[in-house]
Amino acid sequence: MTPNSGTGTSATRRLGVLVIVLVISLALFGLQFSAEDVVQGSTVRIMYVHVPSIWTAYIAFFLTAVCSGVYLSRRQRSLAWDRVAGASAEIGVLFVAVSLVTGSLWGRLTWGTYWVWDARLTSTAFLFITYVGYLAVRRLDGTHRQRARRSSVMALLAVLEIPLVHFSVNLWRSLHQDASVADPNAKVKLDGLMLFSLFLGLVTFTLLFVWLVLHRQRTMLLEDSFADRGLDVAIAERRNEAGVQ
Amino acid sequence: MSSVKSRRTIAVAVARKDLSIEWNSRILTNQVAPFAAIVMVMFAFALDNEGILQRVAPGLMWLATLFSMLIVVQRSFTVESADGALDALRVAGVDTGAIFVGKSLALMVQLFVLEILLLATAVVLYGVEMTAVGLLEAFVTMVVATAGLGCVGTLYGGLAAGAKGRETLLPLLLLPVVAPVLIGATRATEAAFGSGGTAVSEGWPWIGLLAVFAVIFAVAGTVAFGPLVDE
Repeated sequence: MTPNSGTGTSATRRLGVLVIVLVISLALFGLQFSAEDVVQGSTVRIMYVHVPSIWTAYIAFFLTAVCSGVYLSRRQRSLAWDRVAGASAEIGVLFVAVSLVTGSLWGRLTWGTYWVWDARLTSTAFLFITYVGYLAVRRLDGTHRQRARRSSVMALLAVLEIPLVHFSVNLWRSLHQDASVADPNAKVKLDGLMLFSLFLGLVTFTLLFVWLVLHRQRTMLLEDSFADRGLDVAIAERRNEAGVQ
Repeated sequence: MSSVKSRRTIAVAVARKDLSIEWNSRILTNQVAPFAAIVMVMFAFALDNEGILQRVAPGLMWLATLFSMLIVVQRSFTVESADGALDALRVAGVDTGAIFVGKSLALMVQLFVLEILLLATAVVLYGVEMTAVGLLEAFVTMVVATAGLGCVGTLYGGLAAGAKGRETLLPLLLLPVVAPVLIGATRATEAAFGSGGTAVSEGWPWIGLLAVFAVIFAVAGTVAFGPLVDE
């Protein structure tokens, strides 16, 4: 990679263009072409952002866990796995935040309140906090290897913790409407175009996520090598100044 | 060297070391316990109504436990990192799983002492009344919940140990993880206290949840503690 090449390649640029096209078409389908809901009216359109963003967050945290597991299990521990795990978690946190915000706005419009103490909402909030903690652990002092090991263990502990929190919060209470598409027993209640828009949203957000992770892990690589080489370069410059060889 | 017996010896030695440090410094009795008690008093100021206090006493008791736990965990690892004691143990080739078990045990003993005190405070200040079975249930809840808290506290305390800004990091990491304990222990204690007309028998399933939590984190901690503190 030459110093001025940035983090893009021709492949990521193509992907980027595709994502832009998809985002525009999602906006058109979500806001214009798809029908209003019989009960909820136009507020149902929040779904085209809300559902894809939590979907993407789940993919992101799953990827974080897998990469962390791979990092720890390989004999030749490659920091690339750690960087993908970290990049994925960062973007996952972003998307959980988006889904929490859109969800509470939607809740305000349909339930009349921003927040209800329902099991799924509460565990999602915990998911958010847990990965904010994970990101804080990544920022602790130490070498790249220390960071990688600590955060990998953290990511795997989170996999343990999240079902436990989810389970206990579920025991605590549950009100949230059941998943309306994923429920195998229920007939799909969304009309064709709404369903299409929703799937378009899932595809768009997933590709957006891939694009973001590719770039983010490359900037992380640059940050890491900057941290590694920065000191060497500084020492070399001081030596040159002093005329020491 | 890492036979089961020597591991047990190491774990007990580490626990004894931690407890005797605590005993000599008196931090638990002179600082943490008064802190926990003042938290209980402050709750009473915030919820200025005896009826409400009685109703929410179990939750307040466990919240005060969690807050105090943050201090105790912090302290448990300040002792280790201050003179590079943890490094010395590792250099000596001591099994990290055994260190984990030892430090968890010491933490559990301290937390249990605190909980007894908090239970007494709840009885005295909040006017909680219990039957004999209720008292037994509260006791079992405290034992099982403490087992889980001790393991989780040691695990995440070890992670934050030696890191800059650990005072602020530990609560962020620890509180979300112990949410199931807060939920389970509060519900079980509500049943034990009979708050809001809850029957004593309703508490036992929650104790099951606490037990699952304790077992999972005891195993996870024994495995993960090594990689976490191993630099």
